[in-house]
Amino acid sequence: MSPASSATSAVTIENLRVTFAGGAAPVRAVNNVSLRVTRGETVALIGESGSGKSVTLRSLLRLHPAKKTQMSGQIEVGGRDVMAMNASELAAFRGRVASMIFQEPLLALDPVYSVGDQIIESIQRHMKVSRSEAHARALKLFEQVRIPSPERRLAAYPHEMSGGMRQRVMIALALACEPELLLADEPTTALDATVQIQILLLLRELQSRLGLSIIFVTHDIGAAVEVADRIAVMYAGEIVEEADVRTLMRAPRHPYTQALLQSRAHGSLAKGTRLATIGGAPPDLANLPPGCAFAPRCVHVEPACREGSIAIAALGPTHQARCRRTHEIVWQHTAAAKA
Amino acid sequence: MILFILRRLLLAIPIMIGVAIVCFSLVHLAPGDPLVSVLPPDASADLQKQLRTLYGFDRSLPEQFFGWISRAVTGDLGTSIASSRSVTTEVMKAVKNTLILAAFATLIGFFFGSLFGFVAGYFRDTLVDKAASFISVMGVSVPHYWLGMVLVIIFSAQLGWLPATGMGAGGSAAWEWDWAHMKHLMLPAITMSVIPMGIISRTVRALVADILAQEFVVGLRAKGLRDFDVFRHVVKNVAPTALAVMGLQLGYLLGGSILIETVFAWPGTGFLLNSAIFQRDLPLLQGTILVLAIFFVLLNVLVDILQTTLDPRITRG
Ligand SMILES: Nc1ncnc2c1ncn2[C@@H]1O[C@H](COP(=O)(O)OP(=O)(O)OP(=O)(O)O)[C@@H](O)[C@H]1O
Ligand SMILES: [Mg+2]
Repeated sequence: MSPASSATSAVTIENLRVTFAGGAAPVRAVNNVSLRVTRGETVALIGESGSGKSVTLRSLLRLHPAKKTQMSGQIEVGGRDVMAMNASELAAFRGRVASMIFQEPLLALDPVYSVGDQIIESIQRHMKVSRSEAHARALKLFEQVRIPSPERRLAAYPHEMSGGMRQRVMIALALACEPELLLADEPTTALDATVQIQILLLLRELQSRLGLSIIFVTHDIGAAVEVADRIAVMYAGEIVEEADVRTLMRAPRHPYTQALLQSRAHGSLAKGTRLATIGGAPPDLANLPPGCAFAPRCVHVEPACREGSIAIAALGPTHQARCRRTHEIVWQHTAAAKA
Repeated sequence: MILFILRRLLLAIPIMIGVAIVCFSLVHLAPGDPLVSVLPPDASADLQKQLRTLYGFDRSLPEQFFGWISRAVTGDLGTSIASSRSVTTEVMKAVKNTLILAAFATLIGFFFGSLFGFVAGYFRDTLVDKAASFISVMGVSVPHYWLGMVLVIIFSAQLGWLPATGMGAGGSAAWEWDWAHMKHLMLPAITMSVIPMGIISRTVRALVADILAQEFVVGLRAKGLRDFDVFRHVVKNVAPTALAVMGLQLGYLLGGSILIETVFAWPGTGFLLNSAIFQRDLPLLQGTILVLAIFFVLLNVLVDILQTTLDPRITRG
C-alpha cells in the first residue's frame, strides 16, 4: 500500500444512486457507486459517453436540479456529510472545500462578466478579504496557471480568450479558495493535443504543490494514465473495475475494461463515440436489464450473468472488479499490444 | 467609444432622409384639398389661388419637397394652416407632452413587466408563472382605450380620486412636476403602460428561462454562490436585451397612442396628429410625422449604443 492511502480519506462515496425523474421513465444514471479517495490522491473515472461519470461528479457538489433528482447513499468530503447539508451549508461548501473544473469553460463561465470579476467574486464569497486583496490573489492565481500578461487577461471576457487560456481560467477559478478536493470533468477534451498535455502537466504540478485530492473524469485513457494514481471504470452508472494505474493497465479483469483498453490501440475514445471493438450500444438507463448491464455486449457472457446483481469482488489489495468470471478471464496482454 | 457613437449617428442620416421623403410623399399622395378647412365654402377662385401660392401648393412636388426639407434642417417646419402658428412650436410642445406620458408609461411597464417576467421565468411552469403570464397576455391583448374608459369609470367617476382628462387643472396645457399635474398623468400612463408591460414581461420571462437553463448557472452554483448572487448574474445577462426592448417600446409609444390621448384629452402628438389629419393641415401633419420619425431613429441609435456598452459580446465594429 502506498503511504497516501494510510492518510485520512478525502472522499467517501457509499452506495450512491442518482435517478432523474421527469422524463417518460426514470433515468437511473448512477447505480450503487462506492468510491474512496485519499488525501492527495488522483482518481480517474473513465468510461463511455453516458456511463454516469459527470453525474457522479456533480453529485459530490449536489449540483443536480433538486426537483427532478432522487439521490440516495452517502457522500462525505473531508469528513463532512454532503447529503445532510442544507442550502447555506452547501453554498459554503461548494467552491471552498470542493470545486469543479468544467469541461467546456466557454459555457461554464458567465459571458457578461470579465474572468477576473468572476474569480474575485468567488474569492470574496468564501474569504474575508477586500476587493483589492482578492484582485491581487486572482492575479497570483493567473500567474500560477501560467496565463501570460495576467493583469490584462483579468479584464478579458470569456469569449475573448483561446480555449487553452479559458481552461486555465477555469482551473484558476477552481483553485481560487484553496479547496481540498478538485473535481475535474474532462478538463482537456475540448483542447487540442499539445494544449491538453500542458494542462495535464499543470494539474499534476499544482496537485503535488497544493496537496489536493482530485477526481478526474475523462474519456481518454492516456490522460488518465498520465495524471491518476488510481482508475475507476464506469459502465451504465456502475463502477465495474477499480485499480491502481499499473495494475489496471497490465491486468484488467473486467471484459469491459479489456474492451476499453483494446479500443485504445485503435486511437483514443472521442467524445460521443461508441466502442468499435465491441458491438452493440450501452443500455438504456431508463430500462436497465437485470444482472450485469454489460452482458448483452460481453464476449464472455454466460446465462447466469443475466440474473441478479453482481457484487464487486476484490482481486488484490487495490484491485476490484464487478464480474462473475474474473477468475477465468485472463487479459491477453500481448494480443492486445499486437492489435 | 465616441467614434462608435459618431458612426452610428452618421449612419442614421440616410435613414432620416429616407424617412423625410416617405413622410412627405405619403402626406401629399393622400386625397383631399389641404385648403378646404381654412377656406370658406364660398371662397372665390381668386382667393383660393392666392392662398395656394401663399402656402406653396401651386409649385411642383419636388420643388415643394426641397423647399420644405431645406427649411426643416434649419428648424423651420412651416406654419400650421389651421392655427397659423409655427409647426415647430406646436410639434415640440406636443412631443414634450407625449414624451412625459410615454416615458412614465414605459417606466411603469418596465418595472412591472420585468417583475412579472423575472418571477415567471424563475418559477417556470408553476402557478406563479401561469398567473404572471396571464397578466402579461392580458396586457398585450386588452384594447387599451377600453381599459382607459374602465379606469376612468372606476377612479374618476366612481371614486373621484383622479381626474379623467387633460394635463392639468382647468385645462392647463403647461406641464409642471407637481402632484396636481401628476394626478392627471396617472390614468393615461397606467393605461398606456399595459402594452410595454406585456411585451417586456414576455421577453424577460423567455430570457430568464433561457439563461437559467445555461451551463454557467450550474457553474455559478458550483462556486458556492447563493440564489441572490445567481440572480444578480441573471439580471446582468438579461439587462441588455430587456433595456433594448424597453427603448423600442418607448419609441412606439412616442408616436403617441392616438386612442389613449384622445380618450384622456392629453395634448400630445397623437392628439395633434388626430386633429391635423381631420383638418388636412399638411404642414402640421408632415412636420409632426417627421419629428416623431427622427425621435424614433435617434432612440434606436441610443438603444444600440446602450446595448453595445452593456453586452461585452457585441463588438463595436
Ligand atoms: N439533469 C439530467 N436529467 C436527466 N438525465 C440526465 C441528467 N443529467 C444526466 N442525465 C443522464 O444521465 C446519463 C449519464 O450522463 P453523464 O453526463 O453522467 O454521462 P458521462 O459519463 O459524463 O458521459 P460523457 O462522457 O458524454 O460526458 C445520461 O444518459 C444522461 O442523459
Ligand atoms: Mg460527462
